Amino acid sequence: MDNALLSVTGRIFDIQRFSTHDGPGIRTIVFLKGCALRCRWCCNPESQSYDIQQMKQAGTVKTVGRDVTVGEVLQEILRDRPYYRRSGGGVTLSGGESLLQPDFAVALLTACHENGVNTAIETTGFADAAVVERFLPHLDTVLMDIKHMDSRKHAEFTTKPNEKILQNARLIAEKANKLIVRVPVIPGFNDTEEEIGAIAAFTASLPNVNEIHLLPYHRMGRDKYEGLDRPYPMGDVPPPTAEHMNRLMLTAQRYGLTVQIGG
Amino acid sequence: MATAYTANIEKSARIPALIDQLFENKPEIEADRAVLLTESYRETEGQPIVLRRAKAFAHILEKLPISIRPLELIVGGNTKSPRSCQTFPEYSYSWLEDEFDTVATRSADPFYISEETKDALRKVYPYWKGKTTSELATAYMAPETLTAMEHNIFTPGNYFYNGIGHVTVDYGKVLRVGFKGIAAEAKAALAKLRVSDEDYARRHQFLEAVLISCEAACRFAARYAALAREEAAACGDDTRKAELLRIAANCDRVPAQGATSFYEACQSFWFVQLLIQTESSGHSISPGRFDQYMYPYYKADLDKGAITREFAQELVDCIWVKLNSLNKVRDAASAEGFAGYSLFQNLIVGGQDAGGCDVTNDMSYMCMNATLHVLLPQPSFSVRVWNGTPHEFMLRAAEITRTGIGLPAYYNDEVIIPALQSRGLTLEDARDYNIIGCVEPQKSGKTDGWHDAAFFNMCRPLELVFSNGVDNGVQVGPQTGDVAKMTTFDEFYDAYKAQMNYFIELMVNADNAIDQAHADRCPLPFLSCMVEDCIGRGKSLQEGGAVYNFTGPQGFGIANMADALYAIKTLVFEQHSVSLGEWKEALEHNYGKDMDAKQAEALTAQVARQLVENGKTLTAADVKTIYETVAKNPCSDAQKAQYQQLLDRIAALPKFGNDLPEVDEFARDVAYTYTRPLLHYRNPRGGQFQAGLYPVSANVPLGAQTGATPDGRLANTPVADGVSPAAGRDIKGPTAAANSVSRLDHYIASNGTLFNMKFHPSALAGAGGLESFVALVRGYFDQKGSHMQFNVVSRETLRDAQKNPDKYRSLVVRVAGYSALFTTLSRSLQDDIINRTEQGGF
Repeated sequence: MDNALLSVTGRIFDIQRFSTHDGPGIRTIVFLKGCALRCRWCCNPESQSYDIQQMKQAGTVKTVGRDVTVGEVLQEILRDRPYYRRSGGGVTLSGGESLLQPDFAVALLTACHENGVNTAIETTGFADAAVVERFLPHLDTVLMDIKHMDSRKHAEFTTKPNEKILQNARLIAEKANKLIVRVPVIPGFNDTEEEIGAIAAFTASLPNVNEIHLLPYHRMGRDKYEGLDRPYPMGDVPPPTAEHMNRLMLTAQRYGLTVQIGG
Repeated sequence: MATAYTANIEKSARIPALIDQLFENKPEIEADRAVLLTESYRETEGQPIVLRRAKAFAHILEKLPISIRPLELIVGGNTKSPRSCQTFPEYSYSWLEDEFDTVATRSADPFYISEETKDALRKVYPYWKGKTTSELATAYMAPETLTAMEHNIFTPGNYFYNGIGHVTVDYGKVLRVGFKGIAAEAKAALAKLRVSDEDYARRHQFLEAVLISCEAACRFAARYAALAREEAAACGDDTRKAELLRIAANCDRVPAQGATSFYEACQSFWFVQLLIQTESSGHSISPGRFDQYMYPYYKADLDKGAITREFAQELVDCIWVKLNSLNKVRDAASAEGFAGYSLFQNLIVGGQDAGGCDVTNDMSYMCMNATLHVLLPQPSFSVRVWNGTPHEFMLRAAEITRTGIGLPAYYNDEVIIPALQSRGLTLEDARDYNIIGCVEPQKSGKTDGWHDAAFFNMCRPLELVFSNGVDNGVQVGPQTGDVAKMTTFDEFYDAYKAQMNYFIELMVNADNAIDQAHADRCPLPFLSCMVEDCIGRGKSLQEGGAVYNFTGPQGFGIANMADALYAIKTLVFEQHSVSLGEWKEALEHNYGKDMDAKQAEALTAQVARQLVENGKTLTAADVKTIYETVAKNPCSDAQKAQYQQLLDRIAALPKFGNDLPEVDEFARDVAYTYTRPLLHYRNPRGGQFQAGLYPVSANVPLGAQTGATPDGRLANTPVADGVSPAAGRDIKGPTAAANSVSRLDHYIASNGTLFNMKFHPSALAGAGGLESFVALVRGYFDQKGSHMQFNVVSRETLRDAQKNPDKYRSLVVRVAGYSALFTTLSRSLQDDIINRTEQGGF
C-alpha cells in the first residue's frame, strides 16, 4: 500500500466501534474535529472547534482532539473487519465535518477501499463542490443532512445558509454510489409537517435518492456543554414524542420515500 | 426451504398451567431414596459392588412413591412435588446433616426440610459412616493435596461430594431398541463369556447388573402405566381420561421397547433423563442433540398424518417443563458455586452431522419455540454455529437472546471439532459433538468426560509467589524465593509457573483419588448401559468403560492474572516505579482499603509468623493484640496514599479486553500456565486431562477467598469469570472485547471456554439489532472463539428485581454456563451480574 497515503495526518477526537446506526451493518465511526456549522442542537459540541480542547467529563478533565496518521486510524478500523464482513458494515467518517479535512479524509477513505472496507460519510454537505467531488469516488454511502429548506432559518439555527448545501446534495445525488438524506428533527426549528414535507419534497426531487432518515432531537450531549463551560443552547426543550415522529414519517412517506426514524 | 420451520406455533394453554404447578411448592428435601437405598444396601452386604448398586436401583424404583401430576402428558418423577429432591448418602451426607437447620434459610438455593425427613435421614446416616465415595477419596489423597484444598487453591467439590454426571448417553439407542433391546445386547455379551476368561468375574457381574437395571427401568414405567389406568378409571373428564389412557399405553411400550411414535419417543426420552438422575446425583445430564435423535419420529408421524405440528410442539414444551421439575441439594459452599438450582441439562440444536453437512431441521426450530414458550432456565439451551448454519436459524436464536433469559449459548463448530480431534476423537465423532453442562464438548454415547472436575483459582498461586509459598502461616506451596530479591520478570514469572505446576499436580492427585473412589464404591450400571463400549468391555463407565475418557478441571481468573502479570512486568521491571517488596506490602494491606475480619485474620497470621521467625515467642494475648491493631488501623495515611498511587498506576495500564494485541498475546501466554501442564496427566480410566477455562459461578465465592491481586483487584472481591475480561475493564465495546478474547488459545482448552457478554435490550432492538448481533457472534467465531453467551437485561431491571423479588419470580439471567432465576441467587452473585460490563449498542 502507498506509504504516502498512510502518513497523511488529520485531527480526530474519537473512534467508536460497534456502531450500528450510521450506515449499514456494524461500523467504526471516526469523528473528525472541526465543523463549519454551529447547530444549536449539536450533540457533539467538542467536535465543532478544530482546536484541541479540554473538556470535563464525569469529574475528570479530558483532552479532546488528537493528531493521527491515516495508518494509525486504519489499523484501528481494520480490527473489526470480521464484523464488517459478516454485517456488510465498514467505516463511517463523522464529525465535526470531514469535508474540512479533505486531504486526510480522502486518504483514509482511499486506504479503507484498498483494504476492502466499505466506506460512508456523515456530512453537513457544507463545502465547495470541488472538495465534495474529491470524496465521491471513495464513498459507498453518503449520509447527508438537509436541515431546512428556508435558507434564512437555516442560517439562524446553524450559522450558515443552505444554498451551497442544497447544490451539493444534487451533485452528490447524481454522482455518488448512494445518498441517504438525514433530517435532525428539532422542536421549534423544523418539526412541523410543512417543514419536513418541504425537505421530503426536495429529497424526492433528487435523482437516485429514495431514502430519508428522521433523527429525533435528543439531549444526550447536554453534559458536554457543561464540560466545555458553555451554555446549552436548547435549554429545556423536550425531544419530540414518538407520536409526533410517526406523523412526520407519514408526511415524508407521501413523497414516495422510504422513511426511517432514527439512524 | 427453511421458511416453513420458523413459523412460530402458539403455546398451548396447558403449558402455563404446568409452569404454575412447578412453582406452587418450595423445593423440599425428601427422604425416600436414601431410606430405600439403605434398606437395599443392608440386604446386599458383602456382594460385588456393581450388583449391589443395581439391586439398590431396582429397589428404589420399585418403592419410590409415584404420581401423575394434573395436566401432564409426559409422566415420571422422583419426588412428591416438582423441584424437590432426593438425597444420595452413598456419595456424602455429613454436610447435609450439619446443615439440617440452615439449608432452608441459606441464601443460595435453599431447600425446605421437614422434621420427619430429618429423622428418617438421621436413622440411615449411621449406616453410611465410612462407606461413602467422599471418605474413600479422602483416604486416597496425598496429605499435601488435602492441605492445598484446605487453603482453597483449588476445589474438586463437585465430584468429591456427589455423583459425576456430565454425560450424554445414547438416547437414540433407547428410543430405537428400548431397555429390552439393551438387555438383549447384555445377554449376548454374557453368552459369549467363558468362565475361564481372565476378567470373567468383573464382566459377568457388570452385565448381570445391567440386566437388573434395565428390568428395573421397565418395571418403573409399568407402575406408571398402572397408575394412569387407575386414574383414568376414576376420571370424570372425558378428555383427561383419554389422555391418561394414552399415557398408560405409552408407558406399556416405552422405555421397555423401541418407540413407534413421536409421543412414545418423548416419554421414553423422559424416563431415561429421569432415571439417570435417580440412579446418581451427578448433574449436567445433558440431552445433547435432541433435534437429531427425535426428528425421525416426528417426521415419520408427520408424513403418516399421525401428528400435528401443534401437538408435537406441545409435547416438546411439556418436556421443557419437566426438565425444570428435577432438583438437587448441594452443600452450602457448592450451592454458591452452582447457584440457581441448576442441573445444567444442556440441550443443543443445529450444527453438522458426522459427514459434515448442516442438519438444522424442523425440530431444531421447535426446540427454540419451546424455549420461548416456557422461558425457564432448563434445559440449558445451546446452539451450534458453523459456516453452513442458516442465517434464519441465527436470527431465531438472536430473538431468544433478546428475551433476556440468557439463552441460548452459542458454540463454534469451527473450533470445537478440531479441538476434539486433537484429543483423539475421530473426525466423525468430533462433528457429532454436543455440549455438557456449561460449555464442555463431548461425543454423546461414547464419552465419560469428567468435565467440571475441579475449580482451579489461578490467582492463588500468584499470592503464594509473594509469600514464598506460605498461606496463613503454613507452607502450602513450594519455596519459590523472596520476591523482593527477584531481579527480572522472567524470574518472577518462573516462580508463578512453579507454583502453578505444583498445585496442578496436586489437583490431578485429588481428581484421580475421587475418580478411583467412584469406581470402587459407586459404579453406575444403568447409566453405563447407554454409553458405548461399557457392555463390550464388560465394565462400568466409572471403571473406564467408555470409548473416550477425560478429566476436565477448569481454571479461572485468566483476566486477573494477565492484567496482574502485565502490571508487574511493566511497573516493576520496565518503568521501575515500584518494587516487588512494596507491592507485596500493598497486597498484604489490601491497598490500604478497609479490611474485613477474614483479611485481618490473614494479615495477623502473616505478622505473627514474621515475629516468630525473628525469634519472638508469642502468647495468645499477643496475637489478639496484633489482630486488634491490624483490624482497627491497618496502615498509616502515608501508606494509604502510597498504595493509592500504586492503584492509580495500575489503573492507567492497558488491560485485557480492549483489543490490544500486546496485552492479549500476554494473556494467551498466561492461560498456557494452566492449560499446558494439565495435558501431561492421565486419569485412572485411561484417559487424558484437558483444561477448561470457565468458572460456573465460582468466581464469586472463590474470589471471596482470594486476597488482593496485583491487577488492582481488592481482597475478597469476585475474580473475572471465564475468559471474559475483568468486570468493568473492557471499555472499547463488544467487538474489541471479543477480539481480545479470541486471541486466547481456545483449541487447547478443549474442555471449553466461557465468554460472557451483557447487553442492554436496546442493543438488540429491531431487525437491524438482531442482524448486528448475529454478525457479532459470527465475527467472534470467525476469529476462532469457542463459546459466547449473553445477558440481555437492563441494570435498572436487575436492581428493581433485587428490591422486589416477588415481581420478578421468573426473571431469568445468564449466570455462567447456565441460566438461573435471578431472585434465587445470593445477593453477592446478583451484584456481580449487575456489575458485569453492560455493552451498549451505541
